[in-house]
Amino acid sequence: MANQLSALDVENLKSVSKKIRKEILMMIHKAQSGHPGGSLSAVDILTVLFTKCMKHYPECEKNSDYKNRDRFVLSKGHASAALYAVMAHCGYFNEEELLTFRQLGSKLQGHPCSNLLKGIEISTGSLGQGLSIACGMALGLKLDKINSKVYVFMGDGEIQEGSIWEAVMNAAHNNLNNIIAFVDRNKLQIDGSTETVKSVGDIAVKFKAFGWNTIEIEGHNYNQIYEAIENAKKSDKPIVIIANTIKGKGVSFMENNSGWHGKAPNDEQLKQALEELK
Amino acid sequence: MVRECKSVRSAYGKTLVELGKINPNIVVLDADLSCSTQTQLFAKEFPERFFDMGIAEQDMMTTAAGLACTGKIPFVSTFAMFATGRAWEQIRNTICYSNLNVKIAATHGGITVGEDGASHQSLEDISLMRSIPNMTVIVPADEKETIEAVKYAANHYGPFYIRIARTNLPDVYDTSYKFNISKALIMQEGNDVTLISNGETLVETLDCAKMLNDKGISAEVISIPVVKPIDKDTIINSAKKTKRIFTVENHSIIGGLGSSVCEVLSENYPVPVTRIGINDVFGQSGKAKELMNYYGLTSQKLTEKIIGQLK
Repeated sequence: MANQLSALDVENLKSVSKKIRKEILMMIHKAQSGHPGGSLSAVDILTVLFTKCMKHYPECEKNSDYKNRDRFVLSKGHASAALYAVMAHCGYFNEEELLTFRQLGSKLQGHPCSNLLKGIEISTGSLGQGLSIACGMALGLKLDKINSKVYVFMGDGEIQEGSIWEAVMNAAHNNLNNIIAFVDRNKLQIDGSTETVKSVGDIAVKFKAFGWNTIEIEGHNYNQIYEAIENAKKSDKPIVIIANTIKGKGVSFMENNSGWHGKAPNDEQLKQALEELK
Repeated sequence: MVRECKSVRSAYGKTLVELGKINPNIVVLDADLSCSTQTQLFAKEFPERFFDMGIAEQDMMTTAAGLACTGKIPFVSTFAMFATGRAWEQIRNTICYSNLNVKIAATHGGITVGEDGASHQSLEDISLMRSIPNMTVIVPADEKETIEAVKYAANHYGPFYIRIARTNLPDVYDTSYKFNISKALIMQEGNDVTLISNGETLVETLDCAKMLNDKGISAEVISIPVVKPIDKDTIINSAKKTKRIFTVENHSIIGGLGSSVCEVLSENYPVPVTRIGINDVFGQSGKAKELMNYYGLTSQKLTEKIIGQLK
């Protein structure tokens, strides 16, 4: 089936995502600040999306087909470390630059900045805004009769922002079936479990009620991620992929621990984490 | 004196249509107020390029940002209160931080919103907008200036905030008027005192200057439609001449035109400045003209205040 990854693909994705996890940890360790938990939960989806599913051009405007690229918006901008590591892997910039993350004068700001880093479509970081941005891009592409997709990556805590639901309504009203949204359902936010802080409940039911299609997957399973995205491309409505993930995935002491939302590992913790990712 | 007053909102709507005919990238967004803002004119002409976003200003601003990312030139309209208040952070973090080509043309700024009262009277929009990097802020004073400012914004890259007056206004400029982003306009020369204004209060300020002249006070009147980036030289040169400044605006005295003038003068040529505007209070219901009088923004009230201060 066209919608399936080969065994070799899966092996490659495992190895790439492992490399990216290590880079994320080294970046955050070097900066002694950043967001490991939500970056690690996002890695597998971003890796599959950027290396297997999305039409994009790391050389940007130099590619004559650039205007027909798919768009990507990291609505949960605090997962920037994951995005930067994936972009570097794809060739947007030199991997050595990753260690400038969050340093004075770096292109790799704490949250993505489109004026500093080529390939970032728009600056993000303040939660709740990415889906509306995606709606605008989707409307613009439709006006220009460009058949590209707009991918937008949200956090689960993020959907507590009311503006997300304005955008959910907007996408359905305008039938923006060129939007493929993700919710990184790692079930944790800074102050604890999403269900304790302010329950987001059954996300799929909510999106469906607003007129969206939904797919629920295990967000660290490469085959499921790939199939979901490829199926989503054929959706007749805006579609959300709700990916059940593990915050801090890949590092035992970070997994399912909200304390690692926005904390950097120390030398010892980095060593242990890298050891686990060997 | 009866003067012909023109609807600047309708001029805004017509200008959008004109721009839409020339440039297919012009798109317009409104938040359920297209009849008030007059974007309905564009909606009728170009329904495929008009998006009524419903009562969702935050979504509207960020959708405009997304449209700008695809090369569109979005004009975003609603009341000034909701454009700059409700959606301030979207404007700051998504539109201006990314330096996107979004034009926010808000109507119903200031006390002249009238009967709707304080909840709808934005007395802070200029302050809110001019504090954001990359943002250009324009407050036109009549139909011609509104049309030219809107056209200028359409043809120049970057985020703009244009405050479109709610009230109908008489022409304050003659036919030779040309909008200039970097120049304030000396409306009339004088030696004793400088009056600086823009928007709906400019005509009152001009009338006030006549009354002052009748009383032997020679008033220079400067119009500053572009609050940001502000034309420092014209302000400083006039301060050097008259050594006494009054600013007049349909806005809070905190953060708007008066504050901008004070910032320029305190760093370059300090002279006494009196800011006339809304004195850090909320507005209230009433007819626009009654409110202008109540809050001291009519030519008569301005004249009384200025003469009192000069004594």
